[in-house]
Amino acid sequence: MPEIPLTVNGLRVHVPAGSVVAAAIALANVTSTRHSVNGEARAPLCGMGVCFECRVTINGHAHMLGCQTLCEEGMEVITT
Amino acid sequence: MSQQAVDVLIVGAGPAGLAAASSAAGSGARVALMDDNPTAGGQIWRGGLEHATTTRARHWLTHASTEAITLYARTRVISQVQPGVLLVETPTGAREICFQQLILASGARERFLPFPGWTLPGVMGAGGLQALVKGGLPIAGKRIVVVGSGPLLIAVAAFLKGKGARVQLIAEQTSWSRLGRFGLQLSRSAGKLRQAQSLGWRLRGIPLRANSWIKKAQGSERLEMVTVQRGKRVETFPCDYLACGFGLVPNTELASALGCVIEHGAVQVDERQQTNCPGIFCAGEATGIGGLDLALLEGQIAGFAATGQTEAARALFSARERERRFARQLASSFALRDELKHLAEPETLVCRCEDVSYGVLQEHLTWRGAKLQTRCGMGPCQGRICGTATSFLFGWTPDSVRPPVTVARIASLVYTHEDQEE
Repeated sequence: MPEIPLTVNGLRVHVPAGSVVAAAIALANVTSTRHSVNGEARAPLCGMGVCFECRVTINGHAHMLGCQTLCEEGMEVITT
Repeated sequence: MSQQAVDVLIVGAGPAGLAAASSAAGSGARVALMDDNPTAGGQIWRGGLEHATTTRARHWLTHASTEAITLYARTRVISQVQPGVLLVETPTGAREICFQQLILASGARERFLPFPGWTLPGVMGAGGLQALVKGGLPIAGKRIVVVGSGPLLIAVAAFLKGKGARVQLIAEQTSWSRLGRFGLQLSRSAGKLRQAQSLGWRLRGIPLRANSWIKKAQGSERLEMVTVQRGKRVETFPCDYLACGFGLVPNTELASALGCVIEHGAVQVDERQQTNCPGIFCAGEATGIGGLDLALLEGQIAGFAATGQTEAARALFSARERERRFARQLASSFALRDELKHLAEPETLVCRCEDVSYGVLQEHLTWRGAKLQTRCGMGPCQGRICGTATSFLFGWTPDSVRPPVTVARIASLVYTHEDQEE
């Protein structure tokens, strides 16, 4: 299967085509996608665009959902 | 403002939406099918035609990929501009879609119950974990505990095992006697029995416990272990992921915002799947949890009815009634036990968006009061997670939904206004 290169917090990872950003974040060994209002580390919960726990910055756009966004070549993903 | 006009607009491209689209398109109508995911298929046929594994998935996904049906992927409804016009947000900006008939097939989400440690990374919905694994999350060799209730637990455990995960345990909260009765009901439907037998075979080696439920999850930076209660006994299991499935709840927010009547958490429809709002139909899990077979039937009926194919719709009524009966049996077999209302400790968070704890919420009497005083339900998910939880924990009913129906970019909201001025 073709692999797509992208970066997560500056770290280069390769994911199978068709992967979502949340999968790339896990592959980069990044545990959390965001921190809550009280500073708790959070990661995807619902996996289907409902809970907003997986929101990350993608190519400079804040609050993108990692579980519903497909990985694209050269994408820059930043967790908060 | 970019504007499209169609005869039938369908929101949600899961099984109900796909069935509605192809049934409506058969009349010659121009159909638009919209979904917030990158591909059609919904949760159950996630990934679309390319990843379809069953004949039925291929059948419906193929029938909905014709020229008469325009698919708007990664598109969310923001609001109703006026009757017959919805404002939607696509990856490239906002646009308006005008329609004659609207079919809502917004599906369901998982019910999450708060327990100590449920906010740790690694604690997920059972369907949610399955969805992410389908989306490339590496799972081979990972230790997984599955907790909750209902046939989804078994399906998810079998799926994860098939992907190389080490499923440690399935903890089902219902009793063996209820499970037994459900098994008897399954045996009356050859198709459902075959599915169950195939799942049972794929599950071999995974312990299944009834009368068992999650007590807490622990870990420093992420999940490391869970404690499961069975009667008076508690046991701990080291694990990498906890998959929680406490049943599904209909997604009724859009229907509610459009003025459709919601009762018992589901969109109310007549025999043609039409809501109280003329020209607005609803099909699938949003009308009440009933599973794939019922969603396909309701979708077809809605698609036929919305395009005047009355006889074709009527021909499916009795099959729909059979599936609805099965759905009622399913709901009673896996009704959630009262002990699950007392898993949270005072400091356990209930609202994850605004970090509002169980102890703080206990001081309030209503959803509205809690919202106003604590910001519970006022974060990005707009109460979709904690509203469902507090409805089970405290019996609170969420208020009506106001636009925007989902989180929207400011640019999408001001777009309409600018356009009017031009």
